[in-house]
Amino acid sequence: MSNSLYGPLADPSADAGYPDGHPPRVGFFTDTSVCIGCKACEVACKEWNALPADGAHHDQPDLLDLTGMSYDNTGALGASTYRHVAFIEQTVPRRESPTVDLGMPAPPEGRGDPTEVRWLMSSDVCKHCTHAACLDVCPTGALIRTEHGTVLVQDDICNGCGYCIPACPYGVIDQRKGPKELGGGGAFKCTMCQDRLGAGLQPACATACPTESIQFGPLDELRERADARLATLHEHGVPEARLYGHDPDDGVGGDGAFFLLLDEPEVYGLPPDPVVTTRDLPSMWRHAAVAALTVAATVAASFVGGRR
Amino acid sequence: MAEAHPVGFQWVMEAKKRGATVIHVDPRFTRTSAVADLHVPIRAGTDIAFLGGLIHHVLETGTYFEDYVRAYTNAPMILREDFRDTEDLDGLFSGFDPATATYDVTSWEYADDAVEPAVGPRDDRPVAEHERGQIAGSGGAPMSKEPRRDDTLQHPRCVFQVLRRHFSRYTPEMVHEVCGIDPETFAQVADALTRNSGRERTSAFAYAVGWTHHTVGVQYIRAASILQMLLGNIGRPGGGILALRGHASIQGSTDIPTLFDMLPGYIPMPHAHREQDLDTFIAANTGNKGFWGNMDTYVVSLLKSWFGDAATPENDFCFDLLPRLTGDHSSFRTVMAQARGEVPGYFVIGENPATGTANARQQRQGLATLEWLIVRDLNMIETATFWKDGPEIETGEMRTEDIGTEVFFLPAAAHSEKDGTFTNTQRLLQWHHKAVEPPGDCRSDLWFYYEIGKRIKARLAGSTDPKDRALQALTWDYPVDDTGEPSADAVLREINGTGPDDATLGGYTELKADGSTRCGCWIYSGVYADETNQSQRRKPGRDQDLAAHEWGWAWPANRRVLYNRASADPDGKPWSERKKLVWWDAVGKTWTGGDVPDFPATTAPDYRPPEGARAAEAIGGDEPFVMQADGRAWLHAPAGLLDGPMPAHYEPQESPVPNALHPRQRANPARQEFDRPDNRYHPAPGMPGADVFPFVFTTFRVTEHHTAGGMSRWTPHLNELMPEMFLEVSPELAALRGLENGQWCHVVTARSAIEGKALVTERAKPLRMGGTTIHQIGVPWHWGSNGLSTGDAANELLSVALDPNVHIMETKAATCDIRPGRRPHGPDLVTFLADYRRRAGLET
Repeated sequence: MSNSLYGPLADPSADAGYPDGHPPRVGFFTDTSVCIGCKACEVACKEWNALPADGAHHDQPDLLDLTGMSYDNTGALGASTYRHVAFIEQTVPRRESPTVDLGMPAPPEGRGDPTEVRWLMSSDVCKHCTHAACLDVCPTGALIRTEHGTVLVQDDICNGCGYCIPACPYGVIDQRKGPKELGGGGAFKCTMCQDRLGAGLQPACATACPTESIQFGPLDELRERADARLATLHEHGVPEARLYGHDPDDGVGGDGAFFLLLDEPEVYGLPPDPVVTTRDLPSMWRHAAVAALTVAATVAASFVGGRR
Repeated sequence: MAEAHPVGFQWVMEAKKRGATVIHVDPRFTRTSAVADLHVPIRAGTDIAFLGGLIHHVLETGTYFEDYVRAYTNAPMILREDFRDTEDLDGLFSGFDPATATYDVTSWEYADDAVEPAVGPRDDRPVAEHERGQIAGSGGAPMSKEPRRDDTLQHPRCVFQVLRRHFSRYTPEMVHEVCGIDPETFAQVADALTRNSGRERTSAFAYAVGWTHHTVGVQYIRAASILQMLLGNIGRPGGGILALRGHASIQGSTDIPTLFDMLPGYIPMPHAHREQDLDTFIAANTGNKGFWGNMDTYVVSLLKSWFGDAATPENDFCFDLLPRLTGDHSSFRTVMAQARGEVPGYFVIGENPATGTANARQQRQGLATLEWLIVRDLNMIETATFWKDGPEIETGEMRTEDIGTEVFFLPAAAHSEKDGTFTNTQRLLQWHHKAVEPPGDCRSDLWFYYEIGKRIKARLAGSTDPKDRALQALTWDYPVDDTGEPSADAVLREINGTGPDDATLGGYTELKADGSTRCGCWIYSGVYADETNQSQRRKPGRDQDLAAHEWGWAWPANRRVLYNRASADPDGKPWSERKKLVWWDAVGKTWTGGDVPDFPATTAPDYRPPEGARAAEAIGGDEPFVMQADGRAWLHAPAGLLDGPMPAHYEPQESPVPNALHPRQRANPARQEFDRPDNRYHPAPGMPGADVFPFVFTTFRVTEHHTAGGMSRWTPHLNELMPEMFLEVSPELAALRGLENGQWCHVVTARSAIEGKALVTERAKPLRMGGTTIHQIGVPWHWGSNGLSTGDAANELLSVALDPNVHIMETKAATCDIRPGRRPHGPDLVTFLADYRRRAGLET
């Protein structure tokens, strides 16, 4: 076991100590090019996981008001919101279509508006990183790597220290407010429906998604599917399509939940180049050790000098 | 479609993945537009001009499917000499009577023939057309003989030439002027549609209430039908016109109707002053040709199902016990009768008229005049509480102590708490099993009707009053489970029908007119074939062929594509290998293929019916439209419609511009208007006061809520997603009126004013048509004063103006004003609205 903190890692479950024969690593491929923004994923997730409604004001769940940000009244992922559909309205140059000659005189106005509206929708979720900083920093062992290769908070072990929250490079995991009996104080995030996976079911969001925007399955298979989908879109004149989080060489060793996007990640509120925040931990410890030794040596030297 | 039918929309996305071009025509840029290949913004209420433009394009560029049009539509039929088109009469068809605003439709018929309206020859009692039973649903008008035709399509009075003249002015320039669609975008649509239609390819239209909620709603659908017929897109795989219904089983409640003018299976409701006995009723409604020719078997089996052993040949199978129409008893007429104090009691089941129906204030005023009101719903909806906290209580227009209505609220079970079927737009019946017991006193509708029926029957058991005979004779006996819930399965079996041995029937062709068969709805016969509830079948699509006949059951006869004989050419060969569905097997002497053939199984393509043949035997081997009196699809409707045999563009009841095509006929001349103090219409454009309401609004749904909110406003996980009433406006309109994103604003009409947060979005764009700029406001209609998420109801704004054929209100296009800030509340609202009406010249 290497317990590596960075770089490609074929089998995080094995890395975490699961014996041979553990289930394959599973994940989500969220193809935003077919997302219709229905938010069925958000509702199915909350229903299955018995999460309270908390609107866009995760701190004031009783406040029901419009954010005014397109149709997004969820705002962000949170301790009671494991799926969040982002809505991004853009004005872009009108797509060119092959000129059609219908043998009719063109009126003086010619074509209408040279711009058109693009409305991007994307269902965000915990990325279940190959190298999950939240897990690495958890002092209680509440955050674990599961046999399916996902990252799970065991809420009966979590003591609410909150270290995981700044550790997440995506800002996903959060602490629930409210009384302790309702999980208040604990850290929560997507479980990939661990309780469904064991029963051979798909996660609730993927089951509810009507357009197969959220696809669940073995990660290797999803990566192949994503490559094929990307190639198709490129062939069909959608050069802006790109994958996000599927590369094992990226800063988190690739995501267990990755995306096909139609614009830069920042547009969707995703960090462009996420890096596992514990990447430099070994070298930090090394630097700290060197620093400590240096201090010790200096101190020792000063004593030595003082004797002189 | 993605907004209101996200689950059905998965198939559109699947088609898109396989290369289909998806075009979305809508005044608003919605979640559907976001994933469409092309969004075509259109001025609300102008779709006939747009579709007419496409029809014109198809006719003039010769891109119609000529062989199909000639053989399968009524394009060659010759019309009467006295028929006059809107092009001849300044926007009117021949036969218009301005005094009654109705048409005499005689001149629309074929030459030398009497195509009788489906309810038969007129009797001597004058009955206004719109007060008769449903005449369009059956689609089949009896026809006494073969109409004359010109297969060269050259005769000046043949339908094809009439159609060309009728649409001759629907040019791209006219489309631009009327709809605000630029010619290039229009050309893109026309090109995509014609390239994807014909022998090798097909295109489908899907529509929802954005097409039907208009004073010309039926003609919108007719326009799309004409286009699809010309392109050969009916009866073929991948074609058709798909009605996305407003609720989960509205198709089912049309088939087995909750409508006043139809009996189950689109059989007209008998009229009090017309056919008085079974024989004359059947004679008046029976087609000579096609499957309406067996009307007697459908009606007698229905009567046997309802009245059982009490129905005998000697007593006309109790035909006399059926209720009769005495006029237009549609929803709005009933509410207006309530205002006159003519309606003592009212059942409101799964509906929320206090917020969910146009001119909601008029609805509430009707409710306040009742003696009793029964509301059955999942939640305590506004219709049940209008008497204590409705808007009129707040304004002081009503006082609780003055309202005598006794309101009974009965909690209802949701679909997951009871067994039953949903019938979807594809006519597919799908069974849903009860998942959990309903909580507390909640009961299914089936339980409610069964119990109330039992109790009324018990009370009337000893009555000698003839009017109680119907209830006394009614069969009313279903097995119940240990909670008292009647078996929905037994009801479905009864609907399917049984034969003399009490075994279930295999389909409607087994029905008899001698009283030996019983059937609750002839088109559903077969859903319980082989004593098996066929609607429960759930074999996954991946385990069967494309038509998936083993998933649920589609009426009629588990057919998945209606009129699928049209997928083969007149000789019975598929039009193309790529689009084959049903064809003639010359060796086996039968129709075969990938669907249940919608045709007499062994009628060869070269069959010509002998003189005097009737019903199925009268269908020629090359006449696919088996429910039509002439076996053909109707480009021009010689009977069945009340406002024109072909669609013509008329402006909505309220619009900001005159009718560019027919300046003298601004709106549908046959529409139903109710200009009353509680239902004031805005002045026509150009009239004094019209500029008080300069903007267009259109109502809409969002995915997060359902209809008038009775199901969704009580559900926390939906309310957090769309927590407040909002109004969608363009940045240009926001600048014009000083509206700010996320801040309050209010919309005003002569009926009322409502408030919401402004959602200022680039998705909303003003339409520029020549020198005119039209601002359109999007108004979602999900809110009301009860529930977790509350807000003003869009229906406060709307007037009641109806399509004459189906009595549907116009909710999708009207005019208004919009202002920043909150609306006046309390009594101030009354004076505020009176002031608006005065400024518009509607009140002195």
